[in-house]
Amino acid sequence: MREVDKRTRVSRRVFLRTGATAVPAAAAAAAGMTIGAEESWAQSAMTLKPHTMATLARMARDIYPHDRLADVYYIKAVGGYDAMAAKDAKLAKLIEDGVAALDAAAQKSQKTTYVMVPWENDRVALLTAQEKSPLFQKLHGDLLVTLYNNPEVWTKFGYEGSSADKGGYINRGFNDINWLPQA
Amino acid sequence: MAKFDLTDDSVVCIIGSGAGGGTLGNELAQKGIKVVILEAGGRHEIADFINDEWASFTQLAWADARTTSGTWRVAHDFPNLPAWIVKAVGGTTTHWAGASLRFQDYEFRARTTYGQVAGANLLDWPITLADMEPWYAKAEDKMGTTGTNGIPRLPGNNNYKVLEAGAKKLGYKEVHTGNMSINSQPRHERGACQQIGFCFQGCKSGAKWSTLYTEIPAGEATGNLEVRPNSMVVHIEHDASGKVAGVVYVDADGKTQRQKARLVAVAGNSLESPRLLLNSASGKFPNGLANSSGQVGRNYMRHLTGSVYGVFDKPVHMYRGTTMAGIVRDEAPNNPKRGFVGGYELETLSLGLPFMAAFLNPGGWGRSLTSALDDYENMAGLWIVGEDMPQETNRVTLDPKVKDKNGMPVASVHYDDHPNDLAMRAHAYRQGSAIYEAVGAVRTFPTPPYPSTHNLGTNRMSANPRDGVVNKWGQTHDIKNLFVSDGSQFTSGAACNPTLTIVALAIRQADTIAGMMGRKDI
Repeated sequence: MREVDKRTRVSRRVFLRTGATAVPAAAAAAAGMTIGAEESWAQSAMTLKPHTMATLARMARDIYPHDRLADVYYIKAVGGYDAMAAKDAKLAKLIEDGVAALDAAAQKSQKTTYVMVPWENDRVALLTAQEKSPLFQKLHGDLLVTLYNNPEVWTKFGYEGSSADKGGYINRGFNDINWLPQA
Repeated sequence: MAKFDLTDDSVVCIIGSGAGGGTLGNELAQKGIKVVILEAGGRHEIADFINDEWASFTQLAWADARTTSGTWRVAHDFPNLPAWIVKAVGGTTTHWAGASLRFQDYEFRARTTYGQVAGANLLDWPITLADMEPWYAKAEDKMGTTGTNGIPRLPGNNNYKVLEAGAKKLGYKEVHTGNMSINSQPRHERGACQQIGFCFQGCKSGAKWSTLYTEIPAGEATGNLEVRPNSMVVHIEHDASGKVAGVVYVDADGKTQRQKARLVAVAGNSLESPRLLLNSASGKFPNGLANSSGQVGRNYMRHLTGSVYGVFDKPVHMYRGTTMAGIVRDEAPNNPKRGFVGGYELETLSLGLPFMAAFLNPGGWGRSLTSALDDYENMAGLWIVGEDMPQETNRVTLDPKVKDKNGMPVASVHYDDHPNDLAMRAHAYRQGSAIYEAVGAVRTFPTPPYPSTHNLGTNRMSANPRDGVVNKWGQTHDIKNLFVSDGSQFTSGAACNPTLTIVALAIRQADTIAGMMGRKDI
């Protein structure tokens, strides 16, 4: 069978030719951006607090956890909220209030902020309690597009994306399965 | 290309350009009849189609507001998207998978065959398979259906091979790559399938039949057909005698226009067609046009549907090649011993990663969902197409509050699953899972129905005007120059993808209309 190469491919030219905001997730992953490092948000977050951005990214990973995806894919998925919040005060409030409520719940049961709760199970319990909250609902819906509608992510799951431009699969393994028991 | 005057009252005006409207328009044009097709959506040609699920959805899907209610899970998961159908020239024939199955004889006699089913509003069609056979043959030839007319079936892809191996292990006998209106070899100036795998997003090779690049240009070439895209019909008008006289629509510039017509054929699908008839209520017809029976909008059917995805310990790459790549037909016959009447087909289906994330378990999150997506490349998938029971209370009504941008009430879709539907779906989930487990699936997912693609029955055909909206020709019982030409005519749904029957009915209806017009009956 023709398998899909899932390795992250980063061209050095990406770093040389593009500004930080345009760096593809794969390139940023190679550069080592992680959710926990709030200082990395300090330089890019303009409207929302760096702590808020870090919390959104942690929530994103906890809602749709994929161990094969580096933090940076989640960081990219929520990265757009900062610019949106700059133009939409209601959204900014929804996000900041939602994060504050989540942190308050985390402080109550775990004596720390949501981002710092060490076990995923404990964070999931906090999220489950807030499943109906506007912030959870918004993230849950938006991430279906902002996380999964990303060709870099598709590759990681062995999904090959557009195909007509490559001549379809007629000569690229549409019927190459070779492990089925003989009927 | 023809251009007809708004005041030309000799034209046939067809509302919608999909399987019903597009086919009817071409057939009439070929017979020398002048036709104006008003299409609510834009015209996107093959080159415009996009191999990207969300981008294509944005391009093609009917995203105007609709509302929902009832016990069906779609109302919970997608409250404003009851149907996944298309707003574009070609209608849902741009999006359909291509499966082209004839009804069985007994499926035209649902009431007689299934008997009295509590809560169901079953009725026999006023036509038989024998009546339809010549029209099915014409439709299959027109559409280039594989397995008919000497056209070879398509080669099976990986997803099909998994289905076939599992089904045969279970002892199923009728397992093949289907009767598909997708060219397996070049035919009618269209090429062969390139196994692209984005059938739902508009076929980039044109191998799949769609009225967009078959019927419509063929009709236009006669000089008798004009297609007006971006033309949303809001109202059908009638004269003092009660005959329809024309339609009011909003054009691409937002201007209200009035097209006069000798005859109007409604083909906007089973949600928009009844909505339009209801929105066309007048002093003479206070309950909407063609609604003396009170049946307009009722008996909404959508096939019970549901999917099963199986995860294996090795790759399948189900997304490669035709989306609906094969079928198991052994569960299609009516066998009440299973605990339900009617039957169902199992047909392969695949979604890309983005739509799999959205549809595998809508509302789901956490590792239960994501561990399934982690195995995306090891998944095989099938879709259930089962006959659902027509119920009077499953219906399209006008939403009392929500209006579209033209100020017209939107369609509100109410659907409750019938106990027969639930029993059939449970059976199909079990059998679908068993197929995959027979060849080593380590996990299976009974996936809930997607927004409906097979929307049927809301202007149903009946022998007696009391029981339905149209007669056996699709002519409304109440108004002789008003016809219905889409799946809303269906008296019952059968265990078949509906498009072939819609096309066959449209070819037959064109013949009838031409005869009636020739005889000056209408």
